[in-house]
Amino acid sequence: MNTKTKDHPELSELFNQDEQRVNWHDETLWWIRQKRDKSAHGIPEWETLREKASQIKNNALSNLADYLVSFEERALANGIIVHWAADAAEHNQIVHGILQKHGISKMVKSKSMLTEECHLNEYLEKQGLEVIDSDLGERIVQLAKEPPSHIVLPCIHKKKEEIGDLFHQHLGVEAGTSDPQILTEAARQHLRETFLTRKAALTGVNFAIAETGEFVVCTNEGNADMGAHLADVHIACMGIEKIIPKRKHLGVFLRLLARSATGQPVTTYSSHFKRPREGQEMHIVLVDNGRTVQMGREDFRASLKCIRCGACMNTCPVYRRSGGHSYSYAISGPIGAILAPNLDREKYADLPFASTLCGSCSNVCPVKIDIHQQLYKWRQVIVQEGYAASSKKMSMKLMNYTLSSPGIYRTAGKAGRLIMKYAPFAVNNQFNPWYKQRDMPEVPKQSFGEWYKKNVKSE
Amino acid sequence: MSRDKILAALRQNQPELAPLPASMPLQQIEILELQAKFKAVAEGIGSTVHLVDEFGAIQPMIAARFSAEKRILSTVKELVSAAVPEFQFDADPHSYADVDVAIFKPELGVAENSALWLTEAQMRIRVLPFITQHIVMVIPLSSLVPDMHTAYQKIAEADYGFGTFIAGPSKTADIEQSLVLGAHGPRSMTIFIYA
Repeated sequence: MNTKTKDHPELSELFNQDEQRVNWHDETLWWIRQKRDKSAHGIPEWETLREKASQIKNNALSNLADYLVSFEERALANGIIVHWAADAAEHNQIVHGILQKHGISKMVKSKSMLTEECHLNEYLEKQGLEVIDSDLGERIVQLAKEPPSHIVLPCIHKKKEEIGDLFHQHLGVEAGTSDPQILTEAARQHLRETFLTRKAALTGVNFAIAETGEFVVCTNEGNADMGAHLADVHIACMGIEKIIPKRKHLGVFLRLLARSATGQPVTTYSSHFKRPREGQEMHIVLVDNGRTVQMGREDFRASLKCIRCGACMNTCPVYRRSGGHSYSYAISGPIGAILAPNLDREKYADLPFASTLCGSCSNVCPVKIDIHQQLYKWRQVIVQEGYAASSKKMSMKLMNYTLSSPGIYRTAGKAGRLIMKYAPFAVNNQFNPWYKQRDMPEVPKQSFGEWYKKNVKSE
Repeated sequence: MSRDKILAALRQNQPELAPLPASMPLQQIEILELQAKFKAVAEGIGSTVHLVDEFGAIQPMIAARFSAEKRILSTVKELVSAAVPEFQFDADPHSYADVDVAIFKPELGVAENSALWLTEAQMRIRVLPFITQHIVMVIPLSSLVPDMHTAYQKIAEADYGFGTFIAGPSKTADIEQSLVLGAHGPRSMTIFIYA
């Protein structure tokens, strides 16, 4: 098990040092959340769609083994080569093996959160291979040597001036350029050259269909298609939970995905890959990496229904104010905080606590995952298994002691009010985490109990 | 073997079989309403839509709009002319890298999101709708459907090697959420709907 250096509160604190940036990050994501609302409200049957999507995913998970076998059988018949990977290491080796077999040392890649989860780029680079990410946002964070901070909007944390600097350094753009149109054009030229010269392309998978053995990749930029249709070898990597039973079910999911993600009526491209083109080799890698284990945990199984739209992140008051990098896992925000502890409870023990449990994430989830309830359940598991931070354990004990005795509770309340009134510096200081980025409330003269005794009981 | 281990673990951990829900009901919408909705949505996401009374009106409009472009290809036989040669198949997709305009006739168009369904049969070579600088779609009014459910009912069990829904020009908003058209694929999309 890995031990990490900084947890969510510490990393959020780093992000919060620049207050203007936090406000801007918060407002940008909230704006996207509002676009989602507008788009969802434009579909009168929206709630029915969510319910159908949830039920189709329940069916898919309850019959996943058979659906996978059926998918494999049809994909093979379609001429696709199928691989199975138990974990991230095996996934990376399979991809490497395919490239080695063809003597390919340079690959172009479209967005795939699974390969982020498996740290494929780092692995291949260590083997001396070059990987270029072709989604604009992913390319930007790749040039900055950072992981994506959002699953749909990988560089949402970056200002255009910073992107201009990166493009000046790496793509020869004139210094001081920050116009998104000009920067996008520079990336277009640079990546077009990449697409035209790569023999291998890797894409993610949004949906794979048991009935037909085809898989669907959704992008706005068309980068997955540019890569796949120009390369001799197309490798598609997917988590085993991406299977849906029938092609017609795409009607439900494609209506929900982009509307939930960015408020668009649909992604620009929804590409259905069924057979390799003449002379091309097409591979699909089916990856477990902890998913079968999560399937066995009844309380957390529903997290496997996720279609990676990012709606839960855009709406989360904690994500919006702490940034994706504070989660230290490939998938940030509320859904990431459920998925990460499945892989490593100790390393990610802090993540389920990075939530207000307000339930907004569950309300926007297009497949109705009970996200905030799962976060609450993970907290209990983590505390019971002894992974909670010692400060948290101590304050919980103190709280338990105080709340279980009315006398101590009343005395503590009175003491608290007196301290805040006469010695505010005792609470308004850096040792009190509640004081950070927050003003402490003004203290009432009396407690509710005291008020009640005086005004109601005496009547 | 990982395959067998994964399948065994799944069978061990899978919940009791949950039934599939009933399909979404199919909407019946009057054709002119479909056209109006399609046009509004398409223009909202950056496409240009022309409604024409007859197919014959399309060719001069394409000629006028793209008179400055060098390499124009048509996969639609009826739109081939001296200036617009018919698509010629070349197995090397790289040979299409300098295409400026490509013309297609999609199988259907979806009013709710303005997505147009093209399969290999219409695109001829998979890379073409993505590598061209500008894309032109011509579609009869009768091929419009209300939503994705009807679209998949029409696609049904069709066999294709590759098929794609395309809704508008290639785009990105990765830099501070500013919408920019022409990320990697076509910079513009022109749609002709003819009666």
